[in-house]
Amino acid sequence: MVTGYAIEARGLRKSYGDVDVLEGVDLSVERGTMFALLGPNGAGKTTTVRILSTLLEADGGTVTVNGHDVAGRTRKVREQIGLTGQDTAVDELLTGRENLEMMARLFHLPTAKAKTRAVELLAQFDLVEAADRPVKTYSGGMRRRLDLAISLITAPPVLFLDEPTTGLDPRSRAAMWDAIRELLDGGTTILLTTQYLDEADQLADRIAVIDKGRVVAEGTAGELKRQVGTERLKLTFAGAAEAERAHRITGGVRADETVSVAIDHSAQVRRVLNQVADGGLEITGLDLSEPTLDDVFHTLTSTAGENR
Amino acid sequence: MTQTLSRESEGTRIPEVPSRAPISLVLSDFRVLIGRNIKHITRNPEMLLQAVSLPIVLLLLFRFMFGPAINVTGMAYIDYLLPGLLAVSIGFNSTSTVVGVASDLTNGLVERFRSMPMSAPAVLVGHVVAGMLRSLVSFVIMVAIGFAIGFRPGGGLLGWLGAIGLLVLFSAGVFWLAVLLGSVAKTVEGAGGLGMILVFVPYASSALVPTAQMPGVLRVIVDNQPFTVLMDAVRALMNGTEVGGTAWLALVWWGAITALAAYLATRKFRRRAKG
Repeated sequence: MVTGYAIEARGLRKSYGDVDVLEGVDLSVERGTMFALLGPNGAGKTTTVRILSTLLEADGGTVTVNGHDVAGRTRKVREQIGLTGQDTAVDELLTGRENLEMMARLFHLPTAKAKTRAVELLAQFDLVEAADRPVKTYSGGMRRRLDLAISLITAPPVLFLDEPTTGLDPRSRAAMWDAIRELLDGGTTILLTTQYLDEADQLADRIAVIDKGRVVAEGTAGELKRQVGTERLKLTFAGAAEAERAHRITGGVRADETVSVAIDHSAQVRRVLNQVADGGLEITGLDLSEPTLDDVFHTLTSTAGENR
Repeated sequence: MTQTLSRESEGTRIPEVPSRAPISLVLSDFRVLIGRNIKHITRNPEMLLQAVSLPIVLLLLFRFMFGPAINVTGMAYIDYLLPGLLAVSIGFNSTSTVVGVASDLTNGLVERFRSMPMSAPAVLVGHVVAGMLRSLVSFVIMVAIGFAIGFRPGGGLLGWLGAIGLLVLFSAGVFWLAVLLGSVAKTVEGAGGLGMILVFVPYASSALVPTAQMPGVLRVIVDNQPFTVLMDAVRALMNGTEVGGTAWLALVWWGAITALAAYLATRKFRRRAKG
């Protein structure tokens, strides 16, 4: 029962009617680590999290959370997880403190403990001043922090964060990142979904890139970057049409008016530049750098280039 | 083992989740969520004011403007009117419950509840009980105003107890219906529309005028619909007039409606919550 994995999913499948949302997703998250599920909208991230957190039944596959089967021991699993969904699931008419106390009581803490836990969490998430104001007066960042605080009431060993910073301004986002890092330092296992590459890069120990219901790549940020070459040559053109032609010639990945090509060997640089020149294309900008997760993402997800 | 210990050494005390018997946990969930909905009433006094004011306007309007033109046999018009309006006001009160349930279902709150080791239908119980308390407030206000403008019912203590008992059962039925409509509604706006059913159906009854003058088919329908049965029974009990079998009939009707609506609402709610 005690594996090194806090979350293990094997062959998860889910479809709605004819639409296959998940086509066999495998994930293993080691205890005490942060795992990022990275993918575009509609890739299946939220569906995966909903299955892992007992909200949705999979059509096929198995999931264990801290050794408990999600299908058979739902209640056991629910006692061990915290979930912050995409909507901030808080009661608008109640105050922040009342929300925390209510949720703590629903986790079946005794009243006195619920009160002290609320006080602790309000302090931890910098909500002491706003504690007794109705949540409808809160800013987006404050709501998210309250939401995260609620999912931490029982200090669950496993935490699911579904796009925790979507729609936040940069400052609130940084504050959220700090809060998440602190949890990780405290030993919590975290599974996070995000469409932001920098978020996965900054926070996660391991990253799975998910697209169209499949995990298309998995590894540390470094490993993933290595998959797309040791360095990237980024060429900027006057317009998207030129970039598109350069993409055809060089086979690089296009994003707007830039094309980036994997470089494993310095001689390749000259060859690429010659190809572009032979094609009659003029380069307006040039940059040779380490690959970013952006490159990984665009290389691996099928929606890159053409449809974006 | 060592892994769990290292978590505790981090300084955050981990609250134990006590393992009590499930039934006491369920009751605790009920209490917490009833408390939540009661707080909503106090946070949102406009809602209560709105729910109480329309029936009061109707009461005054019918007592002083239309009442003199309406003939009822055997009692003063105000004695006839008030019991019916009490039922109308409960229907009117329930619309905010329809909207409240739909909004819980659409804004992610129920999703969170579902990921917690708690009783999901407790959410509905919270809405129903708080709604019934809201109705109690409007009941007291309306009866008080009624007395001020000439309501002099002749029923004894037993009659009143019976009438209040029936109204409590009736309001349980109406609020379970409201919760069912809220669980069925796809959006909060749609819920507002669906809630209108509980506003208008009570009017197609004996609330404002006796059914005797209504045309044949309509009269048969109105006479036998559960709102009329309830109002007739409550009216007779409060006024001490001939009750006959209507009280029992009302009891059966609203007992059945409450049970069925509660069953369907809970089932629908569980399914919806599962997404």
